Amino acid sequence: MRGIFPALLLAAATGTFAAVPVFEDSMAQRTLACSACHGKEGRAGPDGFYPRLAGKPAGYLYNQLLNFRDGRRHYGLMTRLMDPLSDAYLLEIAQYFASVDLPYGLPRAPTADPAMLQQGQLLATRGDARRNIPACAQCHGEALTGVQPNTPGLVGLPHDYLSSQLGAWRTGQRRAHAPDCMADVAKRLTLEDITAVTSWLTTQVPAAGSKPAASLPRPPDIACGSASLPAGRQAP
Amino acid sequence: MKRLLIVLAIAVLAVAALVVFLSLGDQERIQDVPDQPVASAQLVARGAYLARVGNCMGCHTARGGAAYAGGRAIETPFGSVYSSNLTPDAGTGIGDWSADAFWRALHNGRSRNGRLLYPAFPYPNYTMVTRADSDALHAFLLSQPKVRQANKEHGVRWPFSSQPALAVWRALYFRPGPYQQDPRQSADWNRGAYLVNGLGHCSACHTQRNALGANADMMDLSGGLIPMQNWYAPALNSPAEAGVAAWPLEQVVRVLQTGVSLRGSVLGPMAQVVLDSTQHWNQDDLRAVGVYLKALPQSTPPQPQAPAQVNTVVAAHGAKLYEQHCVQCHGDQGQGIAGAYPSLAGNRAVLMEASANLVQIVLNGGFAPATAGNPRPYGMPPYVLLLSDADVAAVLTHIRTSWGNRAPLVSELDVSRQRSSGSQ
Repeated sequence: MRGIFPALLLAAATGTFAAVPVFEDSMAQRTLACSACHGKEGRAGPDGFYPRLAGKPAGYLYNQLLNFRDGRRHYGLMTRLMDPLSDAYLLEIAQYFASVDLPYGLPRAPTADPAMLQQGQLLATRGDARRNIPACAQCHGEALTGVQPNTPGLVGLPHDYLSSQLGAWRTGQRRAHAPDCMADVAKRLTLEDITAVTSWLTTQVPAAGSKPAASLPRPPDIACGSASLPAGRQAP
Repeated sequence: MKRLLIVLAIAVLAVAALVVFLSLGDQERIQDVPDQPVASAQLVARGAYLARVGNCMGCHTARGGAAYAGGRAIETPFGSVYSSNLTPDAGTGIGDWSADAFWRALHNGRSRNGRLLYPAFPYPNYTMVTRADSDALHAFLLSQPKVRQANKEHGVRWPFSSQPALAVWRALYFRPGPYQQDPRQSADWNRGAYLVNGLGHCSACHTQRNALGANADMMDLSGGLIPMQNWYAPALNSPAEAGVAAWPLEQVVRVLQTGVSLRGSVLGPMAQVVLDSTQHWNQDDLRAVGVYLKALPQSTPPQPQAPAQVNTVVAAHGAKLYEQHCVQCHGDQGQGIAGAYPSLAGNRAVLMEASANLVQIVLNGGFAPATAGNPRPYGMPPYVLLLSDADVAAVLTHIRTSWGNRAPLVSELDVSRQRSSGSQ
């Protein structure tokens, strides 16, 4: 803080005080590099791709920051930004965005035909036992708003982001800690399934004040490294 | 005609013999029997420290991979070189390397079987490492967990991939020999020179490489574009770039230890070096490096030329973009905010001739390293998706010509080269 006062004094002396940007020693200030794409306070970017960060479980966000840095997710801009940061700071950044409590934006008007939306809803809420596909809700919570501490919500996310993530899981571009349950599930999905489930998810309105569930009503049928292990660096 | 052919044949044979001589001639005999792997805890600890000093992990650990198990691609203009497995696994790592063999690799750039190594492994620097330090590093690496991971085949193009080519390269650019103390200089200076030019291998980036990937004068540290990364490693011997002759010694120590100082901070590849290596150096070694760098013979910076006249449309566009995107953190006079955002007025990183780093920072954003001494750095957002090449050129030109700054303009071409050359 000490260094800030001379700058303020200088500004006052030259009569440009009003033009001096309001600087605060806060996590919002420190993470301006994130909000450029993910929106102010991580409320989701305007371009329909960058996902919302606000209110996601801290363990999930922390795992993703590590995944970008350690090559289990691939997006050059993210990787380069994470490279010089420590585990401790990445955890603090994750906790900051997890703590931000912001209302969700408006859901997307449905563009898919009703049959497809219905198929999407079935997959998300019931799954398809015949093809061994669990319901999204089985792990991501009944309300699909995620589950503490490591499982993300699926509602309130941009369509393009959701579908590209499912595609990346399916091709092995995106990975998580073993056993990598999402990779297993995504590989059982057809491209049509992905379109259907993504279309339905993006039409859902998270209820006001929605939060990730504290826990699941019963343990899921499949083993998930990223959901069950404590968040953080795992053995490669 | 026949005579000419004979002369030619003799010449070819002579060159071939020379190459064979060069590749075998300076091969030192080694004791190739693996040593007893009983090293004192003290030796291992010393080796662990030296591995940090040399930042062995920076190349020998793949992103998200097991420590020291290799497999990371080092991109060079001649193709990809993959770092090797340094864990003590006998089949795929260096478990069956003797201390002698390890020392010869550092000191003479040869693998255990005598093959010449690619100089992407900076043995022209490591040749200065003492035998005692080499043995400590060897003991440390052998104390690490074994990881069974076969080395990847290199992707270097012929003829650069051939042993004769490496032999010729070595004849031109490599002289093995441990560091020679300079008795006219202080102990600190000598220690600094040993660290900077040896294990620290600063010249790998901070000295320009020639067309054959060699540092013509390795020790001059006069700055260079880092091949394939498009970051410019500024001159450490120039008051106009990153020279520290005029800095208080404490600030040199501080920037290497924390990534930030009252006189400047680090970003890009150097942020990685500070994070993984220099923040872990002990105070004495950092001071020695400071003493040595402060005493480097200084280059004379070129006379500043009056910058070309900025096109008024570009100037207005640049000023407007600055107002929209930059002023909040860097201030309306380019003054920055102490402790958070660097000033742009009078900042050498802004003013030096090479604009590569500025373009990198605007396109990709970045953080100073999160070190123990500066654990929660402030970040700069990336603008690669928001600003066009012309926008970036205009705003950088504005920054380089405002508030008393008088530096060369940045062109759209400068930006587009960076954007299309793997800055993603």
